[in-house]
Amino acid sequence: MEVKSALLGSSIVKKYWMALTGLFLCTFLVVHLGGNLILLKGEDARLSFNAYAKFMTTFPLIKAVSYLLYFSILFHAFDGIVLTLQNRAARPVKYYFNKPEANSTWASRNMAFLGTVILIFIVGHMSNFWYKMHFGDIPMDANGNKDLYEVVVTFFKDPSLGIVYVAFYVLCMVALGFHLVHGFASSFQTLGLYHKKYNALIKNLGLVFSVLVPLLFAIIPIFIYIQ
Amino acid sequence: MNLTLKIWRQAGPDDKGRMVTYQVKNVNPDMSFLEMLDVLNEDLIAKGEDPVAFDHDCREGICGMCSLYINGEAHGPGRGITTCQLHMRSFKDGDTIIIEPWRAKAFPVIKDLVTDRSAFDRIIQAGGYISVNTSGNTIDANAIPIPKENADKAFDAATCIGCGACVATCKNSSAMLFVSAKVSQLALLPQGRVEAKERVLKMVHQMDLEGFGNCTNTGACEVECPKGISLENIARMNREYLAAVIS
Ligand code: HEM
Ligand code: SF4
Ligand code: FES
Repeated sequence: MEVKSALLGSSIVKKYWMALTGLFLCTFLVVHLGGNLILLKGEDARLSFNAYAKFMTTFPLIKAVSYLLYFSILFHAFDGIVLTLQNRAARPVKYYFNKPEANSTWASRNMAFLGTVILIFIVGHMSNFWYKMHFGDIPMDANGNKDLYEVVVTFFKDPSLGIVYVAFYVLCMVALGFHLVHGFASSFQTLGLYHKKYNALIKNLGLVFSVLVPLLFAIIPIFIYIQ
Repeated sequence: MNLTLKIWRQAGPDDKGRMVTYQVKNVNPDMSFLEMLDVLNEDLIAKGEDPVAFDHDCREGICGMCSLYINGEAHGPGRGITTCQLHMRSFKDGDTIIIEPWRAKAFPVIKDLVTDRSAFDRIIQAGGYISVNTSGNTIDANAIPIPKENADKAFDAATCIGCGACVATCKNSSAMLFVSAKVSQLALLPQGRVEAKERVLKMVHQMDLEGFGNCTNTGACEVECPKGISLENIARMNREYLAAVIS
């Protein structure tokens, strides 16, 4: 009966998609971070980083997963915006005086704002690096691979704007951290995975993940800038 | 104690409404919050003014009628209590207290602080019951063995009084805590399992139709719920719902 409409429009199914795409994006973060960390080797990283970038953009299985990833980001953002608009509409008259900090965390109440910051970041990030890697005219390295290393280093070492890019990058990683500090554990609750034995574990795992991953991401442009 | 009250006044559903300031004098700290409002109303009636309309019935924390948003929190400060269980000793002499109705599209204001919460009734009507006649043919309570843990969890869920504090406090005006308590109290017991699949689909469908928002797992509902209904119920409802949709 309502099953078809449930799959498309139900509040709970929308949340399931949110949680599944969100967790998929979390695994992507780990893989992406792994590649970026090569950059911490400095100039020695040039050849290995470029070879890694080439592998990530040409290996068929990874290409297939990357399309799933683009779709997930777009869907997560779209679904998140739909949910947020519906949630706003559910309270047309606001409270004259409200004290939300008495019962919930700031991050949990600002997922859409934090997500929007991340979306803006992703768009900028992809036009700076992803677009150049795929369609840009960039020099080759000694092994004949596209020299993405050079692109990244020149970007963050730009004499006038480099510091601005680094600061923006770091700020966006802070936003990502707050998005995850609520989102990671929240997705388990959405998927129905609540158990008093494991709740604390999931929460702590989420906390470690949301501090460590954005922190390691943020260290890289800082390292490149001061190097 | 003497207090300044800022109260939402709204003559009817179509009135725009506004905050109005009142002074109440000689409030006894041992009065309940509703008794304090009674004092204000007696004063207003004596002056020939329209008394403040507010909902109440049992005045002992079991009916769930006394829906007031006090100083930015559902049922005011304090945990695990309804407004009728809130006492004036929780405030200080000279305090200003802000009193508003529940705010949600699904709970429209009828007058002043009184809201229409029949959306909850329609959710229950959609499936929050078992389709057997339970009156007149009472079965021995021990005829069907039920694990103690399930019985306890079902009972905890069943303590929900339908007050709507979860909706009022949720930034999304989501009714997930209420609906999940009503789904859980039946889903956990063998008598309720029979119709569990249909029930969760229908109740969630009705919940969405009523215009409640979507849950973001902020957890505010659990903190403000006077009966301590756990978020575990929402997780259970999400599982039940998924199983019902895909099977
Ligand atoms: C790498 C990027 C991202 C990751 C890893 C991520 C991860 C997550 C996770 C795990 C959740 C929790 C889902 C749940 O509560 O069940 C979530 C929620 C959310 N995300 Fe993201 N997200 C990312 C990007 C974005 C973007 C670009 C937006 C754009 C608007 C966004 C908007 C939201 C919103 C609004 C929610 C709350 C949804 C709700 O609970 O109703 N996120 N995210
Ligand atoms: S779940 Fe708690 S706050 Fe919500 S209606 Fe039931 S008793 Fe009230
Ligand atoms: S008046 Fe019944 S719960 Fe407060």
